Amino acid sequence: MSLLEIKNLHVKVDGNEILKGIDLTVNAGEVHSIMGPNGSGKSTLAQVLARRDAYNVTEGSVTLDGKDLLAMKPEEAACEGVFLAFQYPVEIPGIGNTYFLRSALNAQRKHRGLDEMDAMDFLPMFREKLALLEMDDKLMNRSLNEGFSGGEKKRNEILQMAVLEPKLAILDETDSGLDIDALRIVANGVNSLRSPERAMVVVTHYQRLLDYIVPDFVHVLVDGRIVRSGGKELALELEEKGYGWTEKELAGARG
Amino acid sequence: MTAVAQLESWLENFTEAERSAPGRALPWLKKLREDAFARFCEAGFPTTKDEDWRFTNVSAIARTQFRSARPAKLAKSEAAARRVEGAAAQIVLVNGRHAPELSSLKNLPKGVTVASLAELIDRDPATLEKHLGRYASQERDAFVALNTAFLAEGAYIHVARGVVVDAPIVLLYLTTEEDAPTVTHPRNLIVAEDESQVAVIEDYVSIGGESVAFSNAVTELVAGENAHVQHYLIEREHLKAFNVSTLRIEQGRSANVASHSVLLGGGLVRNNVHPVLAGEGGECLINGLFLGTGRQHLDNYMHVEHAAPHCGSRQFYNGILDGQAHGVFHGRIVVHKAAQKTDAKQTNRNLLLSDDAQIDTKPQLEIYADDVKCTHGATIGQIEENALFYLQSRGISESEARKLLLMAFAEECVDRMHSTAAREHVVRLIRGHLLFMESVSAPAKGELEERVMEEVG
Repeated sequence: MSLLEIKNLHVKVDGNEILKGIDLTVNAGEVHSIMGPNGSGKSTLAQVLARRDAYNVTEGSVTLDGKDLLAMKPEEAACEGVFLAFQYPVEIPGIGNTYFLRSALNAQRKHRGLDEMDAMDFLPMFREKLALLEMDDKLMNRSLNEGFSGGEKKRNEILQMAVLEPKLAILDETDSGLDIDALRIVANGVNSLRSPERAMVVVTHYQRLLDYIVPDFVHVLVDGRIVRSGGKELALELEEKGYGWTEKELAGARG
Repeated sequence: MTAVAQLESWLENFTEAERSAPGRALPWLKKLREDAFARFCEAGFPTTKDEDWRFTNVSAIARTQFRSARPAKLAKSEAAARRVEGAAAQIVLVNGRHAPELSSLKNLPKGVTVASLAELIDRDPATLEKHLGRYASQERDAFVALNTAFLAEGAYIHVARGVVVDAPIVLLYLTTEEDAPTVTHPRNLIVAEDESQVAVIEDYVSIGGESVAFSNAVTELVAGENAHVQHYLIEREHLKAFNVSTLRIEQGRSANVASHSVLLGGGLVRNNVHPVLAGEGGECLINGLFLGTGRQHLDNYMHVEHAAPHCGSRQFYNGILDGQAHGVFHGRIVVHKAAQKTDAKQTNRNLLLSDDAQIDTKPQLEIYADDVKCTHGATIGQIEENALFYLQSRGISESEARKLLLMAFAEECVDRMHSTAAREHVVRLIRGHLLFMESVSAPAKGELEERVMEEVG
C-alpha cells in the first residue's frame, strides 16, 4: 500500500475549478517535487492535503496509508502524520512558540496513544532541533512567528516539522524569498529528516531548491493537471526551457 | 410600573434606609444623602435618548421593584472558595453588609487601614468628610445619585504617605439568592496618600441560585502626588444580575493610576470609569476586557478628563462577544484648556464570534487645549481563519485552537496588569469563562435554529 494515493482529484475554489484531475502516488521514503508556473494549482494541492476546508473537492479520492484523507479535519490529518510547511506562515501574537509546539506535539502523541511529554523531556529534544536549524533560542520566547523575518519563518516551519516528525511532509514554496545561506540551512534541515519511513512532497516554482533537496520524482503541474512526470533531470530541462515549453505541449495535446 | 410608582418604591426604600443609616445624626452626611435622593428623583433613570446611554437600555432596572438585600450568613468556605490567592487583606461584604467573620484584615503593614465604611462613619466621620461624595458626580449620573442617597456600607482603604503595599487588597462583594429582586449600593473610598503604592481588587460574585440582584456601586479613588495605584474591577455575577459601577479617580501631581476592568458575568452591566488627571504629569492606564455570551449586555463608558498639563492617558479595551451578546465601548476624552501637552490614546478591539453578537464602539474627543496629541482606533473582527487553520494543521483541535486564540486576545489586557496575584486570579477566571462560553455556545445555536424553524412553521 502506498503512503499517499491521489486519484482523479478535482477541486473548486469559489466556483472555479483549480485542480482538474490529479493522479499521484507517493511511497514512503520517496521525495516528489511538484513544479509549475504561478496559478497552476500547486498551493491548492498542498492545502487540500492539509485539509483546509475552503477548498471544495468535487471528484476523486485521496488516501493516506489507506485511510480516507478527505474525510479528515486538519488536526486529524496532522495527527495521522501530515505536515504542511506553509508558504506564508501565520503570525499569531500572544501564543508562545515553545508552548505552541509542545501543545501540538502532545495533541499528536495523545492521538497515537503516547504519554504527553513534559517540559523536562521536551526541552533537550527541542534544543537539538533548534541547533539543526541554526536558530536562536531567543526567538522561541517570542510569540508564534511574530516579528520573524521571512527566512526565520521558513526555518521555523522546518523546525516544527523536525519536532513533529510527520510521515508525509508537504513543503509549499519553502524556498521562496530565501537567500542562499538560509536556503542551505533549510535544505540541510529537510535532508536530515529524509528517512525510509517518511515521504516528502516539495512544491516549488524554482529549480534552485532541487539542487539542495534532490527529488526522486518531478511532476509538472500546469493548469490543474500533471502534464509531465519524470526523474530529477526533468527539473533541469524545465529550468532550461521554461514553463512555456510545457504549456505549449499541453496546448498541442489538447489540439 | 409607572414612573410615579417607581419613585414611590424608591422613596419607601429611602425612608426605611434613612432610619437605620450609619451617621444619620451627622448633618453633612444627611444632607449628602437627601440632596442625592432629590437629584435622583429629579433626573430619573436615563433612557436611550440620553447620549451617554444611547446603546444601553436600563428600563429593565427602572421597572423592577427592588427591596434592600437582606442580611445573610455564609459559611467560611463560600468566601474562601472565591478568595484571591496572595492577597494582603480581604474585606468581605455579604448582601452589602460587612461580614467580619469572613474578612481577614490582620496582617496589614503599618500605615494601611482597611475598614468597613459604616464602622468608620460611626468611629471617625471627620476623616471621611474630606473626601466622601466630593468626586463622583450625582449631577451627571442618576445611578451615582441613587448610590449616594443610600450611602451606608462598603470599604474604606487608606494608605499613608510613602507606604508601599506589595500584595493586593481585596473587596469581595457576595450576593446571595433571595425570593424577590434585591438591590445593594456598595460605596468605596480609597485614599492613597502622596508617594504611596497599593493595588485594590473589587470582585463581584453571586452565590447560590439566580435571583434578580442589582449592584449599584460607586468607588472614589484619590491618588496623592506621585502615588501609584492599581484598581481592578471583576464582575462575575450570574446572568440575572444588574451591575452598574462607577469608578471615579482623582489624580494628583505625577500620580500613576491604572484601572483594570474584567467583565465576565452579569446580565446588564454598565462599567463607568472616570479619571480626572488634576495634577501635572499624571499617568493613567484604563485597561479592560469584556467577554459576553447569551443575551448579556456589557457597556463600558470611559470618561477621561485631562485637567492639567503634561498628563498621559492610555485606554485599551478588548471585547469578545458570542451568542446574542451586546457590547459597548464609549471612550470619551475631554482635554481642558489648561491641559497642554496632553497625550491621550484610545484603542478598542473586538472579536465577534457569532452573527448575532453586536458591538457599538464610539470615540468622543472634546479638546479645548491647542497643543495635545489624541489618537483613537477601533477594530471589529472574527477569529482569524488563517491562524485557526495554522494551529489545526499542527494537530491542535479546532476547539482548543479557538480557545488558544481567544486567550491570546484576552491576554493582551492581562499583560498590562502589574499585580501578579491579580493577574493570576484573572487568568484563572478567564480560562473558566471561555470554557463556559464554549459550553453555552453550541446549544444556543441549536436553540436559535429551533426558534427560526418555529417562526417559519
